[in-house]
Amino acid sequence: MLTIATGNKAVAAAVKELSPDVIAAYPITPQTEIVEQIAEYVTSKELDSRYIPVESEHSAMAACIGASITGARTFTATSSHGLLYMHEMVNWAAGARLPIVMANVNRALGPGWNVWAEHTDAFQERDTGWLQVYVSTVQEAYDTTLMAFRIAEHADVLLPVMVNLDGFLLSHSMQSLDTLKPGDFVPPLHLPHAIDVANPAGYGTLTGPEEHFKFRWEIEQSMRRSRKVIAETEKDFADRFGRSYSVAEEYRFEDADVAVIAMGTLGKEAEVAVDLLRNEGVKAGSLRVRWLRPFPDLDLAGRDIVVIDRDYSFGSGGIIAHSLMARSRIEPYSVIAGLGGQEVTYDDIAGFVRDRRPGSELWFGVSGNV
Amino acid sequence: MTEIPKEEYVLKCTSACAGCPSSLILRYVLKAAGPDTVLVVPACCTSVIQGIYPNTALNVPVYNVAFASAAACASGMTEAFQKAGKKTNVIVYAGDGGTVDIGIQALSGAFERETDFLYICYDNEAYGNTGMQRSGSTPIGARTTTTPGGKTHAKKDLDAIVDAHNPSYLATACASYPLDLFKKVQKALSLRGSKFIHVLAPCPPGWRFSSEMTVEMGKLAVKSGLWILYEREFGKVTINGPSKAAMIKPVPLEDYLSGQGRFKGIDQKAIDALKSQSELRAKHLQKEADGIC
Repeated sequence: MLTIATGNKAVAAAVKELSPDVIAAYPITPQTEIVEQIAEYVTSKELDSRYIPVESEHSAMAACIGASITGARTFTATSSHGLLYMHEMVNWAAGARLPIVMANVNRALGPGWNVWAEHTDAFQERDTGWLQVYVSTVQEAYDTTLMAFRIAEHADVLLPVMVNLDGFLLSHSMQSLDTLKPGDFVPPLHLPHAIDVANPAGYGTLTGPEEHFKFRWEIEQSMRRSRKVIAETEKDFADRFGRSYSVAEEYRFEDADVAVIAMGTLGKEAEVAVDLLRNEGVKAGSLRVRWLRPFPDLDLAGRDIVVIDRDYSFGSGGIIAHSLMARSRIEPYSVIAGLGGQEVTYDDIAGFVRDRRPGSELWFGVSGNV
Repeated sequence: MTEIPKEEYVLKCTSACAGCPSSLILRYVLKAAGPDTVLVVPACCTSVIQGIYPNTALNVPVYNVAFASAAACASGMTEAFQKAGKKTNVIVYAGDGGTVDIGIQALSGAFERETDFLYICYDNEAYGNTGMQRSGSTPIGARTTTTPGGKTHAKKDLDAIVDAHNPSYLATACASYPLDLFKKVQKALSLRGSKFIHVLAPCPPGWRFSSEMTVEMGKLAVKSGLWILYEREFGKVTINGPSKAAMIKPVPLEDYLSGQGRFKGIDQKAIDALKSQSELRAKHLQKEADGIC
């Protein structure tokens, strides 16, 4: 059904279709609309979920963990400080191999208070064992939330998935949305290690180094297997519903001499910049990274690369730029842009390409090349 | 006559210290709860007592979870069981640090939402698992590794805090009175809503007394009137037998204090504070039991 919605409402609408057993929720700007909309669904009985209005994000994730270990489907949503406040439990969810799905509306971290888009919040959770995906449109937020449940709950994965959307730029943007009936696209959840009182077991008991290390390796193996599950899920989604996605969305990339790599709405904006540059005769392309974890293997050889990071690791650099330097052995032009919701237009992005200096780093609007 | 089931859910070979009250309490809690029970355990002595993966000394499912999160985790678990149409008991079994300090926010939230579960705090009045650092539940005058000169602040009144949430059932108990504890757990689990039992757990290494004295030490806590056994259900307070007797004729508090290394060198000011705190509590509870307030 064709409608218009914000990114937040699209996420809530997708959650409604998959009817989690338990949803634990705590408000935080700019995510609040998701948990409000879900509360509306539950109150109007459009959604048959247990809705737990918890007292903190730490408890939101703890409640999802407690529900999930019984074999229940669970969902929560957060942003920024909320995500960091639940950090301990974010780790716990992945370590306990629980397929919780969480929407995170990307927002900068204080101080000072800044409620606008930045990826640093989710990036601080990137080593926790969660799969992370970043979306760029309202439709993609909806479609990806549906896919997130199937990927998280897949027997070869059984890891939590975080769906990221840019604060305000996407969470509060009204765009067209085609909702769908997922049918059996997401099968019922079967958690092999669900609590069973007939077969009592200890969960998370004291664990020595050997076993602990083995469990970490199992998470990594699942992370690796998830690449295939993601690809299969995205293909099945395209076959059934006609919209295709991939781990990294290429745009006029094939023959490009120079490519812009970015995530979220900036990645979408880069496509407009590419058209602009192509009109000028510059053979530009773009690659919008959707999945941060597992990080995609990208073939970037033979062209200049401009990486835009809406994040930063102090004392190190742009995190996507550094990940690509390590995995794809390239020397990109690293642009740090859009922090704290800074406006970055397609003209600006075209400018990064025109003025690129591979091997150096630019803090857009703040410093020259360093 | 109450029949205590013969089934054991705390199996032999736990890694508890000699004379451990926590495993003694848990033994009777689980006998009362039966096999359709899940324990939610935050970081505390019980994290260790249950043994090392892949073994477990507890014969019910145990969900170990991060320190601050037990009540919230239990909230999610309770809702999920209810959604699935299951009547499984969800019991949080937490130490005092995980309850009165780091876990109190989650506890408050779960009780405010009237989560249908039982929260048991076994209180050994310090962070026992990490080697006896002071907690909010440590009494004034007690020496811990972080209050080597004796604690200078009074024990936090956890029961008053929980009571402010108007729970379905609130009771205190003590490891030394297992039948009383057993009945209270049974009663709590027969009621809907949020239930709370606060159990005193005299800890031999932490309180510095000999390990065969655990039961005696708990009895002295009750007989001296420092620890009062009571229950509050449907707004009515009942003071239980041993504490009724203690209110009429208490044993000297000094008998309780002098048996424990943690109170060695306690000054008169701290003793007076302990006395006046327990007298005030007794007076208040007696008034409530008499229906005066």
